[in-house]
Amino acid sequence: MHWQFSNDMPIYTQLIEQIKVAIVSGVFLPGERLPSVRDLAVDAGVNPNTMQRAMAELERDKLVFSQRTSGRYVTEDHMVIHALKADLARIHVARCVEALERLGYTREDILDVLTNSLKGE
Amino acid sequence: MAILECKNLFKKYGAVEALSDVTLSIDSGRIIGLLGPNGSGKTTLIKLANGLLMPSSGEILIDGKAPGRESHAIVSYLPERTAIPIWMNAKQLMDYYEDFYADFNRSAAEEMLEHLGIRPNQKIRQMSKGTREKVQLIMVMSRQAKLYFLDEPIGGVDPATRDYILSTIISNYNPEASVIISTHLISDVEKVLDDVLFINNGRLMLQTSVDQIREEKGMSVDELFREVFKC
Repeated sequence: MHWQFSNDMPIYTQLIEQIKVAIVSGVFLPGERLPSVRDLAVDAGVNPNTMQRAMAELERDKLVFSQRTSGRYVTEDHMVIHALKADLARIHVARCVEALERLGYTREDILDVLTNSLKGE
Repeated sequence: MAILECKNLFKKYGAVEALSDVTLSIDSGRIIGLLGPNGSGKTTLIKLANGLLMPSSGEILIDGKAPGRESHAIVSYLPERTAIPIWMNAKQLMDYYEDFYADFNRSAAEEMLEHLGIRPNQKIRQMSKGTREKVQLIMVMSRQAKLYFLDEPIGGVDPATRDYILSTIISNYNPEASVIISTHLISDVEKVLDDVLFINNGRLMLQTSVDQIREEKGMSVDELFREVFKC
């Protein structure tokens, strides 16, 4: 997996975000067993405690679950993954709208810009 | 109990105060960055913890005891300069570590050396500077210590070697142990750290967690360091 970190946010929140994207986009499939915290930490080049913290939070959000002896798995609940996908979409749209408003576009303009852009003009 | 504790620690070299009234406490299970500009007292603190220097006043305790035989058995130390005997080969070096340290995990060391393509009969003398540093780090990290001191482990090596060193630290990390990494190359190690200690002119300026800095200040440790230590 390709990990990337910015300077302005805590590492664990960035890990959470990137693992969520991996779950939604199918890098980690529903019901798939996740690598160990240590292996994930090595892969991302981050502190294992930080990775553990991210996993605990994902677990609280029911996106992953632990099986006491055999490790940690991605949720099999497609509804949960679907809701997560919608959540992420809302976040991205909000960011896009914010950026366009900073450029001076009004809400109606934004709709035009988006429609045109999707039509490929 | 704290694995490392300093109480009003002072170290003077003649009239020069290398460490001045340092009081701190470090718990097990953390990776800590000891950060400060050149000459701020990082190496002095590490040498005091390893019993290579004696405090001028105040106390430094490892697992509740002053540095000595008992602490050497639980502390694994990577000095600033490569200090492995260069006339040895890799196998002899492992024999040496095995003799000295009851907690040396030989199979872990062998596996890491093999991964680097280093043969047991290869002499340290024939290795490049970067390879020697990797070999020494492998020896240090192959011990099942309670406390690790890594003094500038990534200074003077290329970025690929730097990545190798950091991932070796992460993959050998034991949640019961603490690792103290001194460096001024902050952006490279930041993601690996739980906590940071900022020291300047021998004084402890800040002890906090990386996430707290990012959460509260909205900036990386590297950016905060540049702000605090602006010349």
